[in-house]
Amino acid sequence: MAEKLNQKQNFLKGIIKDNPVFVMLLGMCPTLGVTSSAFNGLGMGIATLFVLLMSNIVVSLIKSQIPAKVRIPAFIIIIASFVTIVEMVLEAYIPFLFEQLGIFIPLIVVNCLILGRAEAFASKNNLISSIIDALGMGIGFTIALTLLGAAREILGSGSIFDLRFVSEDANTMILFILPPGAFIALAYLTLAFNRISTKTS
Amino acid sequence: MSKKKSTFLNMILALFVITLVAGLSLGYVNDLTKGPKAKAKLERKVNALKEVLPTFDNNPVEDMRKIASDKAKDSIEIYTAYLKDRLAGTAVIGSSEKGFSGLVKIMVGFKPNGTIKNIVVLEQKETPGLGTKMKDDKFIKQFRDKDPSTYNLKTTKDGGDVDALTGATITTRAFGEAAQMAYDVLIEHAKPQKN
Repeated sequence: MAEKLNQKQNFLKGIIKDNPVFVMLLGMCPTLGVTSSAFNGLGMGIATLFVLLMSNIVVSLIKSQIPAKVRIPAFIIIIASFVTIVEMVLEAYIPFLFEQLGIFIPLIVVNCLILGRAEAFASKNNLISSIIDALGMGIGFTIALTLLGAAREILGSGSIFDLRFVSEDANTMILFILPPGAFIALAYLTLAFNRISTKTS
Repeated sequence: MSKKKSTFLNMILALFVITLVAGLSLGYVNDLTKGPKAKAKLERKVNALKEVLPTFDNNPVEDMRKIASDKAKDSIEIYTAYLKDRLAGTAVIGSSEKGFSGLVKIMVGFKPNGTIKNIVVLEQKETPGLGTKMKDDKFIKQFRDKDPSTYNLKTTKDGGDVDALTGATITTRAFGEAAQMAYDVLIEHAKPQKN
């Protein structure tokens, strides 16, 4: 029973208490770079979730076989392989998303969230805990990116998931789909998130 | 749980095995996705051709010609479409490196007399919500049924006839340049029949 409760906490910490974007501020490059629309945020979140899950599984399985001094290069090779697989599969089967995410797919390799979880969690914990950790963190990351993308899309393009709710000619706050808008939107979302989570706990 | 000691041999062995497995699995996935990747690319091309050309009954992808040009990095592709053995239209891929974030690649469909039938954007990395509006019908509309020999493909700001996209003049310029390249290639290599 206690074990089960722990796993639940393990899962939830990635979404709320240690949310990778709003609390730990990890993986800022894709967070700021691709979230110009809710769909892009969601796509990037899911791609990252997959890589994170696979790398946590593999790292957790072979952790006792990796000498400590070469663990970082070993992790990077594992992560880079899964990213390349994601890239090839996306290009072959979901070319639309592949085009949208573009340069940010290969950059998942250097997303510090993934290396961070491999180093801080998967290399120290068993398989089940690592899977749950990856799912929690990945879903937390996806939610954050989708929220940020949605906020920027609503303000900047007057649409949500490509559905326009203002007329073609309406002047929207273009600033929010440009890079500075990413910083502004992220700051306010982080503020709101931490406000709410400290109040409720 | 005992960690492997970081001896020289252990480190080499661990990295060797990991890279070997990674390399093999990547090769395998590459083989698996090679077919679908090429198919997805071809499908995109055929769909684009259908959009920019009048009805045709041949396979323009098979009849594609590649022309080397000093203006574009790669050779320029020309697709000729026929309907009942008569020229139905020509599609040319034009590109410009001067987009807001680099390459803008468009496919321009010309009617046999050299007027533009339609344009689709093939590749772009422009700003979402600003430059990406060049894909919208509202923007493309102003090119349809225009003859580039009389219709200046530059923006009104530069003395041309094209209304620039709000906040995306650079994108509009690149788009015009790519369209102009497509037209120049058409004139040079697939003479339109003026009547």
